[in-house]
Amino acid sequence: MDELVIAGEKFSSRLIMGTGGAPSLEVLDQALVASGTELTTVAMRRLDPGAPGSVLDVLRRRDIKVLPNTAGCYTAGEAVLTARLAREALGTPWVKLEVIADERTLLPDPIETFDAAERLVADGFVVLPYIGDDPALARRLEQAGCAAVMPLGAPIGSGLGIRNPHNIELIVEAASVPVILDAGIGTASDAALAMELGCDAVLLATAVTRAQRPEVMASAMRGAVEAGRLARLAGRIPKRRYAEASSPMSK
Amino acid sequence: MNVTINGEARDVPAGATVADAVLSLTNATSGIAVAVNDEVIRRSAWEATELTEQDKIEVLTAVQGG
Repeated sequence: MDELVIAGEKFSSRLIMGTGGAPSLEVLDQALVASGTELTTVAMRRLDPGAPGSVLDVLRRRDIKVLPNTAGCYTAGEAVLTARLAREALGTPWVKLEVIADERTLLPDPIETFDAAERLVADGFVVLPYIGDDPALARRLEQAGCAAVMPLGAPIGSGLGIRNPHNIELIVEAASVPVILDAGIGTASDAALAMELGCDAVLLATAVTRAQRPEVMASAMRGAVEAGRLARLAGRIPKRRYAEASSPMSK
Repeated sequence: MNVTINGEARDVPAGATVADAVLSLTNATSGIAVAVNDEVIRRSAWEATELTEQDKIEVLTAVQGG
């Protein structure tokens, strides 16, 4: 069986869902089920006594592993504290490390991210860092002990797809930890392309949760990730400048 | 004694603990983590950790995101 393995843990689904952006927990629940995901991100925020229901109840009911993120952090120090709070609250050493540089682009800050990654690895965390599509940084984070690397396709929530497929290929070629395409996916063909480029998994949220019909888009993403993975394993034909007949040319 | 809980100024009695601060927001104990002045307080230490003047208490939980 073709399983995704992160830090020794096996997943049969290569689609990792985020929970952000869903209009309600009911819609989120339906989308998660349709996606077939086994690993799903949550954010850590101040407890709101008036909040109706909890995303954790949904994940528990569906037996989906929780992956806390450090969204909203601008410095390594903030991210390390958030990861420690998440570990305490959720009982998991896994963390999607996300340290952003500014609010307008939400692009990851490579310096703070690397600093936080080193500190979290030293503290026993399973660190999955969200990064730009930078092969050199991906390699350095792997050397620092990260369990996976998560390069973006395009800025968070932009739906612009994979802006630099070449860099994603370079990251995949050099990596011996899983490469998870994170952020920028707009529609199913983007997710399929990520897998065709050799990514081990795709993480997406907005493309599903803010689609007009989230549950249907979740199914589409599931199919796209599976199709892209199969195409990668199958080995595509080389591109040619001119035609190559598929029927015999002689009469 | 003046402290801040999740950004709100609060007047709590002397001897109040981290557990009391959490209880002022919720009865739940799972899925929650607490930091006092940017240090994580393990759940097992909530009852025994007394608050002091000007403490900043953050009570966090998981929400939709990412």
